Amino acid sequence: MRNLLSRTRIGTEGVLLGIILALSVVLALTTDSFLSLQNLFDLLNNQSVNIIFAVGLVVVLIAGGIDISFAVAASVVQYVVMTVLIDTLGGGSWPLGILLSMLVGTLLGLFNALLIHRFRIVSIIVTIGTFNLFFGLLMYFTGGVSIYDIPDWLYYSIPLLDLPAERGSATLYFPAAVMTVMVVLTWFILARTGFGRTIYGFGSSPEAARRSGVSVWKIHAFAYGWLGLCAGVAGLMQAHIVQEVVPNALIGQELPILAAVVLGGATLGGGRGSVLGAVLGVLLLAVVQNGLNLLGVTPYAFRMIVGLIILIAITTSNLGNLLPRSTRAKNV
Amino acid sequence: MSEIAIRARHVSKVFGQSRVLDDVEFELRRGEVLCLAGENGCGKSTLIKIINGVYKPEPGIEFTFGDETLSAISPMEARSRGIHVIWQDLALFPHLTVAENIVFDDYVSTPWRPISYKEALTQSREIIQQFGLNLDPTARVDGLSIAHRQLVAICRVLRAGASIIFMDEPTASLTYKEVQALLAITRSLAEKGISIVLVSHRLAEVLEVCQRVTVLRNGLLVGTYPTVGMTQARLSTLMTGLELEFTPRAETHQGQPVLELKHLSRQGEFEDVSFTLHRGEILGLTGLLGAGRTEIAHAIFGMTRPTSGEMRKDGLPLKLRSNRDAVRHKIAYLSEDRLHLGLVQNQSINMNSAVTVLPSLEKPRGFLSPRRIRALTAHWVEQLKTKVSDAELAVSSLSGGNQQRIALAKWLATKPEVLILDCPTIGVDVGAKSGIFDIIRDLADQGVAIILISDEAGEIWMNADRALVLREGRITTEVIPSETTEEALEAIINA
Repeated sequence: MRNLLSRTRIGTEGVLLGIILALSVVLALTTDSFLSLQNLFDLLNNQSVNIIFAVGLVVVLIAGGIDISFAVAASVVQYVVMTVLIDTLGGGSWPLGILLSMLVGTLLGLFNALLIHRFRIVSIIVTIGTFNLFFGLLMYFTGGVSIYDIPDWLYYSIPLLDLPAERGSATLYFPAAVMTVMVVLTWFILARTGFGRTIYGFGSSPEAARRSGVSVWKIHAFAYGWLGLCAGVAGLMQAHIVQEVVPNALIGQELPILAAVVLGGATLGGGRGSVLGAVLGVLLLAVVQNGLNLLGVTPYAFRMIVGLIILIAITTSNLGNLLPRSTRAKNV
Repeated sequence: MSEIAIRARHVSKVFGQSRVLDDVEFELRRGEVLCLAGENGCGKSTLIKIINGVYKPEPGIEFTFGDETLSAISPMEARSRGIHVIWQDLALFPHLTVAENIVFDDYVSTPWRPISYKEALTQSREIIQQFGLNLDPTARVDGLSIAHRQLVAICRVLRAGASIIFMDEPTASLTYKEVQALLAITRSLAEKGISIVLVSHRLAEVLEVCQRVTVLRNGLLVGTYPTVGMTQARLSTLMTGLELEFTPRAETHQGQPVLELKHLSRQGEFEDVSFTLHRGEILGLTGLLGAGRTEIAHAIFGMTRPTSGEMRKDGLPLKLRSNRDAVRHKIAYLSEDRLHLGLVQNQSINMNSAVTVLPSLEKPRGFLSPRRIRALTAHWVEQLKTKVSDAELAVSSLSGGNQQRIALAKWLATKPEVLILDCPTIGVDVGAKSGIFDIIRDLADQGVAIILISDEAGEIWMNADRALVLREGRITTEVIPSETTEEALEAIINA
């Protein structure tokens, strides 16, 4: 399978896109509301937070690491930023809010990077630790209390694009624009700068990268720091969309997002994955969920189906390994 | 021709108490292929790392480049003078394309410059064409054979402006044809004025391609000799300081038949293989890499199932469903991949030598007895004259030759009647090699039936009573080493 793909140069992204399109055709034919501008815009509005998380996470996976603390880190960012803005800066503004979220998010990411790099602890262990630490601190200091009284600038949604549609109008909101910026920025760094390629190189073979003069600390700091920054932005967007800050709003999101990114071609071994793949991975799961809703399937089935999709995707992309050894050798 | 590319004099290095290099002189001419020979631990790697600027040598050293003399060299300085090392692991990035691997150094030096794949492709093509190599720059490295990966590594250093290339064991895992191709490339690089230093355990090929050979032994320079007129035997003596035997096993030893293969075939691997193995016999199984040697061994060891034909052991039909079955039938197989399959590198020497017979080391039942494990290891360590300071250390702490002895001990503990040795001397020094063959001959004398797989004609010629030559999965010739010469056997293998 992989051989076939590489020969025809479709790649994981192409396959994902194909599946999404095929699913869309099926859904367009079986439901009346799937193929509508509203539904498309809703999809983008709803998935912008997940996509921002996903493009941050894919950087860490490419670098050969993993992070499961980013979702709770985003919750921490929400609380810290809201508290600072409301208590000391009299409410703040969009630029200030975004900057502060990026800053706090990056610091939390760098904390992970520091532990991983300085103490040479495996990233999954470190982030299991910080996952609990971040969430524990959050619950301890907030007492589990939500913030409903958020500043006005954050409270009111900002329509970007308002188009007439069948029922009323279809509106694309501000988070979709932020998501686009994060996607393009991450893509540019990973695919179009030498530094981005050294992240791939490091994930592919850390020792070879080290010997080529790649600074391991810079890779770690960037990967986890960038995910932290993305998590900060995603956290702010999530608070903006739901118009409140709830301490346990994001916990539990880390695994579905990780699954989506893996679906997009990243591996836990490092060196593989792309921003486009991560975005398509999130969208595929979103389209499936959307489709199931429109088809009236019980939401309880959703997780089960996502699980099946992931298992099928992983097994088919490893079909090559099931071939007998002799034929495999020839493929190589 | 005799223009000096680099000369290093009075090279010494001390690590703690031990003097790893003692006043060595190294000289490399422009456009020369030089062999750096010596056993493991003789100081070859240390010398390379000093010239490469990685290790700081003891004071007194003198580097000469043309008419310039330096008393120290940093890694940066070494690079700027075109000194590059291709280590055995090649240090490539498997998930990136050939082109990206070749230009990777740019990514490191100018990380924030926007990159262009087109440019990387063009530049890689230029290098590939300039040196007449056969490489697709758009291919991903993890899809390439080791031989092609080697070319990528070579392109990478050439692009970085290499004029002096050290190659560490470049031929270790290549087939005969690939070795020939690599050596041809080495020659053509040398003709373009690039100096190449080959580090290799395979003496035959070294003599073929190099103009001179520099021999180190125990941190001392033995000397630098022209390869014209140099024989393998003399080179071995220089490297080890020992006069090693280079004669075939005197008489043939044939006892009772133990294992019979009758028209054994496995689709796509080997066809119509028949032979009889006797007690006390060493049967050589040779042929080029990929001729089906290892595949036949896997079938005899129960790891794959033949598609047709039959096997008999002690006259009775032998059907194996797994290698556990084979072990039960007193068949043992020493893998060619000692590093990954033969030993559990990060486990202790004790555990490695006991792993095949753990149930017999339980006392009371179900509980392993550390005392019995230690006794077993101690027994084999002594029998096989293995140098072990502490059997609780990880097996990876041992040298290649001693690791191989532990791998052997692990199988000897099962008291095998049929022992298959798949390239038992890969990555083992000349001196240690002859030690391992002494053990193998002793085992045969004790009645073990041995199948010795090797692609080195010399090893087969010296140790086997009979040799079967395979080509494309079939036995083409049977040779009695004592009735022929090593060269004749070599010619048959490579025919």
